[in-house]
Amino acid sequence: MEPEKPDKPVVKTGAGVAVVDEEPASAKENIKAELDLLKKKTSKETVLQEIEDLKDPTKSQIYKSMFRVKHEPTPRSRSLGVLTNVFLHLHPAKINRDAVRFSYTWGMGGITFYLFIVLTFTGILLMFYYHPSKGQAFQDILYLENDVPFGKLLRNMHRWAAHLMVITTWLHMLRVVLTGSYKTPREFNWSVGVVLLVLTLLLSFTGYLLPDDQLGFWAVTVGTNMARATPGLGHEGPFGPQLGMSPYNDVRFALLGGSIVDANALLRSYIWHCIAIPTIVSVLLAVHFWRVRKDGGISGPAPVQLESEMRAPGARAVKKQVA
Amino acid sequence: MDTVQDANQKVEGEEKQTVTVTEKATPPATKASASPEKPKAAAKPSVGTSAGAKGKTVESAAPDPVNKMRRTIIWTAVGGFLATCFMMFLRFFLPRTIFEPSTIFRVGYASDFGFGVDTKFQQQYRIWVVRNAERLFVIYARCTHLGCTPDWKPSENKFKCPCHGSGYTSEGINFEGPAPRPMDRAHVELDPTGQIVVNTARLYEWPKGEEGHFNDKGAFIPV
Repeated sequence: MEPEKPDKPVVKTGAGVAVVDEEPASAKENIKAELDLLKKKTSKETVLQEIEDLKDPTKSQIYKSMFRVKHEPTPRSRSLGVLTNVFLHLHPAKINRDAVRFSYTWGMGGITFYLFIVLTFTGILLMFYYHPSKGQAFQDILYLENDVPFGKLLRNMHRWAAHLMVITTWLHMLRVVLTGSYKTPREFNWSVGVVLLVLTLLLSFTGYLLPDDQLGFWAVTVGTNMARATPGLGHEGPFGPQLGMSPYNDVRFALLGGSIVDANALLRSYIWHCIAIPTIVSVLLAVHFWRVRKDGGISGPAPVQLESEMRAPGARAVKKQVA
Repeated sequence: MDTVQDANQKVEGEEKQTVTVTEKATPPATKASASPEKPKAAAKPSVGTSAGAKGKTVESAAPDPVNKMRRTIIWTAVGGFLATCFMMFLRFFLPRTIFEPSTIFRVGYASDFGFGVDTKFQQQYRIWVVRNAERLFVIYARCTHLGCTPDWKPSENKFKCPCHGSGYTSEGINFEGPAPRPMDRAHVELDPTGQIVVNTARLYEWPKGEEGHFNDKGAFIPV
């Protein structure tokens, strides 16, 4: 792996030099240089070398272009392997052994994120067979349950993962409370997490109506009836009538797209559930994970911050003297 | 996971290795205590660490034969599971039941149709029923160029495709524009009551430069 193959680089540098040297020359010579390069590229030796490379794919140009960093058994090379990979770079290149102790994290954040991925995957597949329109929606549920290949499996995966995600989110928050991880400097990330909890519950709620069965219909009827009592924004809430709220212009009307739970409510529920809320959740998840890294990792003490690095007015990050 | 563990081992291994080279053979003991959960892997002295690379211990140490059976089984199982999931994923896109209109339908009796082109089933079934002196046949209303539905122009007595201007005679024979061949004709037969049964899944073509199938049995009903 270590020594560079002599053939290829020589061919390349030779051609490169030739082109650079003859740059001021006429276009004819440029074409000639290009042709020479093409000839060298298609020469027997080069082709044979490329076939030889197939035996060890890590030596091929395609592999090198994808995984730029040479893999060596050194800490630096290993760190780069993580840092230069888009899928791995959210992970820290190195972490304290104690930070991943199961009793510190319960793995609940990771499990919740895993369930989110499962829900996204199964949800997208379910969308292929679901029409968010009255009459058709419930037919599609029956179709998915009884006829679509693996439809029952997908729907149940989606349902169970949804239930589990609500549970694991709560457990994640419980352990954050128990380990005191909501404290400075992680208080902002705690707030992001609270918003994510609310969005998780909203995802559950909006998904409830989509089968358009009796259970979902009455759940959403009850749920949106509560919006009538919103202070100021609901027509039955405090100050609502005084502010001009009626069943036809209050917050419930905006949520349902009408005054009753009907076709518009189903379509709105669908769009909130499948597009809007997942998008917001994805953005906040990115912020959440980023802040986990920046605020000192998934568990353990907060990072040392110099006083000079902190915002002066109202800065409340951990102050430690590093003299 | 591996990265994390090895990174931790490395710190301990580095000191050991740099102290003396003769200890190369003994690291198994110290290693085993450092990570009891994988003693086999740790028995090889610091392979995959900077100390190992620096001290060239990788070549000199007698490598213990590593039994790769277990990891082979596990990776095969994982790969098999993912491959099965992928097959299920592909199968999911092929519904077992479809709710599309039938390609076989009745359009009435031959006596219902006068001479010329009848467009009353164009919207519903995408066909024209055409009758001339000897025959009644059904043209499938799809341009043979790129599949648009042509319009019947009674004033010009021709079919004209709005997409690229292909023109067909009243019997569906192409005479202008890019269409390569006449429009296809659907299978027709009479049911016991004398109604015309059309099947647009069985089409009769007249490929360019070849023998046409418009005179085949089923391509027309003699009247």
